[in-house]
Amino acid sequence: MHEALLEVRGVTLQYKTREHLVTATYRVDFQVLRSDRFVLLGPSGCGKSTLLKAVGGYMAPTEGEITLKGRRIDRPGPDRMMVFQEFDQLLPWKTVRQNVMFPLLASGKLPVRDAEAKAMQYIDKVNLSKFADSYPHTLSGGMKQRVAIARGMAMEPDILLMDEPFAALDALTRRKMQEELLQLWDDTQFTVLFVTHSIAEAITIGNRILLMSPHPGQVKAELDSVPREMAGGEAAKALEIRIHDLLFADAVEEEAPHV
Amino acid sequence: MSERPERLHLPNEASAFGVVEKPLSAWERLYNRGALRKTGLLILLAVIWEVYARLLNNPLLFPTFVETVKAFAEGIATGGLLGKAWFSIRILLVGYSAGIACAALLTVFAISSRIGTDFLETLTSMFNPLPAIALLPLALIWFGLGPGSLVFVLIHSVLWAVALNTHSGFLSVSNTLRMVGRNYGLSGPSYVGRILIPAAFPSILTGLKIGWAFAWRTLIAAELVFGVSSGTGGLGWFIYENKNQLEIPSVFAGLFSVILIGLFVENVIFRNIELRTVRRWGMQS
Repeated sequence: MHEALLEVRGVTLQYKTREHLVTATYRVDFQVLRSDRFVLLGPSGCGKSTLLKAVGGYMAPTEGEITLKGRRIDRPGPDRMMVFQEFDQLLPWKTVRQNVMFPLLASGKLPVRDAEAKAMQYIDKVNLSKFADSYPHTLSGGMKQRVAIARGMAMEPDILLMDEPFAALDALTRRKMQEELLQLWDDTQFTVLFVTHSIAEAITIGNRILLMSPHPGQVKAELDSVPREMAGGEAAKALEIRIHDLLFADAVEEEAPHV
Repeated sequence: MSERPERLHLPNEASAFGVVEKPLSAWERLYNRGALRKTGLLILLAVIWEVYARLLNNPLLFPTFVETVKAFAEGIATGGLLGKAWFSIRILLVGYSAGIACAALLTVFAISSRIGTDFLETLTSMFNPLPAIALLPLALIWFGLGPGSLVFVLIHSVLWAVALNTHSGFLSVSNTLRMVGRNYGLSGPSYVGRILIPAAFPSILTGLKIGWAFAWRTLIAAELVFGVSSGTGGLGWFIYENKNQLEIPSVFAGLFSVILIGLFVENVIFRNIELRTVRRWGMQS
């Protein structure tokens, strides 16, 4: 139990819209261990992105607490680098290299020369060395996401937070990016907390999957994914069906009386 | 139901096609250059001006283009046109920078608190429609004849346009970029300087351009009013003085310099800033 890197204990998250107080998650618990590829999976409205924002330090829980290495999270910080879904997460006024260097410099982690070397090392890992001096607007969506991943990894954070990073990509690119992410993980074994609404993606990416039910988001189940070498096999198919049933069993029951 | 066979083709080699990529003709390439098209238009306008003025044949009302250019050259050589232009530009730069500094203060106040936003919005909606020239009589009473009054009306003409654009630029910075900045642990001035200002730069630049145009117009107009009693003056004074002496070609030459300086700032200075920043970054096409 002691090796838990990230601990989420009884976290209830609420936010206000103009007219409502919305409870996004209710008393969610989970633990992420070092080198986990931990996936938060659920339909839209289950509060998984809100939960990730809370881990990122952008909002405080109304109940419960989130700790990273035993320290309570109370603000955003470079020890938890975020990769967003949106393509506009890169700073348009900086080249690829400068974008990857910027957090290293802004947080005072490395001096300029070391930051540049580190940045190039990770840009190389995502196969974008040729584009190091390009501005983001000249890159494709998939390339932008790769830069964002390189930027997050170059900081070598305690945990990498990814908020549906491949959701806005076309199916072929998404597939490729998932493979690349796993290869990167083989390289450095970083810890990642990954949010998705795709069951297949959760099984491919994750080694541990937290299922959440919507309105408000609550933990439905926490499962091990299938081993990587069995991805695409029978076991993965069976798990996909099992997760699907777990997630949508209620929905069918709820809708049944209307028929 | 007929069964359809599979189709497999090998793509043709590039050499099999007539045109894959071919350079445009010289004329097409010339026509594609904006500067060249605009120069062509300017020459056309000058020719129309010359022809019309010659037909009218009334140098007192409408001198020809050639006469104007002559007066312009003479003005530079003997009439101190350059000195007068410099006098105008110096005051303009003082007023412009002071206006931008005030706008920066006001905008920082506006983004740091809700009451600051209300303050900026209220002041802007009150003073933005107020022409700077309308403040000139008041400025004359407060600061007397001289640069003080000019700088005062210039600040008024720059401040609101720049503050309004900068503030709306800050507001439109995407939420993702804000979150990225805070993710890096940036806050306070470094967050404003390293995330908000570059992200809002297209709007800020628009504000600076509008502010510049307002300031330039205000200055010339103010100098025309001033001209009557102020000993040394700028371009406005040059125009006013020559009108009094019925030196109409010189009046045109004065206007001509106002236009030239305006064109230079817009098409050389601001254009280059744009090319090096927002266009290179793909924030404006």
